[in-house]
Amino acid sequence: MMDILARISKSLIAGEEEKVGELTDAAITQGVPPKQILDEGLIAAMAVVGDRFKAHEIFLPDVLLAAKAMYAGMDRLRPLLVTQDLPTRGTVVLGSVQGDLHDIGKNLVGIMLKGAGFEVIDLGNDVAPEKFLEAVEQHRVQVIGMSALLTTTMPVMKTVVEMVKEKGLTGRVKVIVGGAPVDADFARRIDADAYGFDAANAVEKVKSLTGVS
Amino acid sequence: MEPLLQRLGRGDVLVADGAMGTMLFERGLRPGQCPEAVNLERPELLEEIAGLYLDAGAEIIQTNTFGASPAKLAMYGLEDRTSPINTHAAQAVRRAVGGRALVSGSCGPSGRLLRPYGDADPDDIFAGFRRQMQALIDARVDLICVETMTDLTEATLAIKAAKEVSSDVPVMATMTFDPTPRGFFTIMGVSVEQAAAGLIDAGADVIGSNCGNGIENMVRIARQYRACTDHPLLIQSNAGMPKTQDDRLVYDDTPEFMARKAKDLLAAGVSIIGGCCGTTPDHIRAISAVVDAARS
Repeated sequence: MMDILARISKSLIAGEEEKVGELTDAAITQGVPPKQILDEGLIAAMAVVGDRFKAHEIFLPDVLLAAKAMYAGMDRLRPLLVTQDLPTRGTVVLGSVQGDLHDIGKNLVGIMLKGAGFEVIDLGNDVAPEKFLEAVEQHRVQVIGMSALLTTTMPVMKTVVEMVKEKGLTGRVKVIVGGAPVDADFARRIDADAYGFDAANAVEKVKSLTGVS
Repeated sequence: MEPLLQRLGRGDVLVADGAMGTMLFERGLRPGQCPEAVNLERPELLEEIAGLYLDAGAEIIQTNTFGASPAKLAMYGLEDRTSPINTHAAQAVRRAVGGRALVSGSCGPSGRLLRPYGDADPDDIFAGFRRQMQALIDARVDLICVETMTDLTEATLAIKAAKEVSSDVPVMATMTFDPTPRGFFTIMGVSVEQAAAGLIDAGADVIGSNCGNGIENMVRIARQYRACTDHPLLIQSNAGMPKTQDDRLVYDDTPEFMARKAKDLLAAGVSIIGGCCGTTPDHIRAISAVVDAARS
């Protein structure tokens, strides 16, 4: 059993999408509990990928290929995992704020968060402030994550923080911001709860915002 | 105007222009708007900006076509306008410079990630670059500048597309590197050595780096390039890393600072020096003075 989980991890780190799918099927057939495949096969491997990316040992294409492999495994497991078994550490709604069409950074944060066991609702690009709040109402969202690549769209982040306050959600829903023109000082000025300077850092901040160690 | 490769062959050094986006934002371009739509709507702005860089001493002036590949224009629903957007941009710069500077057709990344790590088909991206190159070259640009690339495969597609349209038009190609504890790499993991080998192999006549993390890093990148190739080098640096001030972007590096560092670029063997984000005609004027002094 350990062997197949180790093989899943190895293939995921190597970005072998098909192989991870096949090995996940094999593990299921062998009777390995789906939650164990997820935790010890997929999520553990994605953590390694995240660490290597952070250490600049690997680069964006490697992370994207690993993520594709992770999704191949997750797709196999999803029907088998009853809702309460999902190892969700919380739900994060992500989006690039109004006017932005740049999404690589935000996608990377989404991949890393999923790899860390979070549920991710990705609203995509050019997301209007109301959309973030709608998602909060529809799902049990703990964290709103916003990315901007253009300075002029940054004020939209402030609008969302204000809307969270107006709806009386402060404290229950945390807001994290990031993106090239955003810095910690800006995050403080608009009263966001956190600033993630890169994808790995964003995941660490989301973990601390949600009380996950 | 003497052709680019002839001048470089003589060992001459040239000054290129500075930022386009920064100048357009000052003239009313709104964030979220397609920067290349200006080419159709207000080409007189492009002439004005080209004229300012020409007066500042730039001998290579870029067209406002960084995002004018069909894949990128598709993000604004403008892919059907690829040809006129590129044609108008080239014509505007040609009108403004009137033969006193070389017109450089700018081509930036498609904005798409290629297979297998992304979902874009390399054949489609190549065909798109080819459409852009055809329009620029038909509008008689003097050279093509493939710039701000991070994926070597994509850079190769753009260079080859230009060379397929015309083997006579010189192609410059630059990549954007970030400093890491292990050295300079693009976000896609391309090292300076890999960039040099790959860009030259694809057919680039001039190689180099643009945008980036300030001119001091560019000096290091230039030296690294020079250590592995004799190819002519082009460096177009940002005016430092942007910082936010009152929700506006500001760039720290002054014209004087960049001019001082331009001397280091010359010493590193760079043949063409220009600017990228945040640089203005004042930066180019200061760099031009340094290059003039080095010539005499």
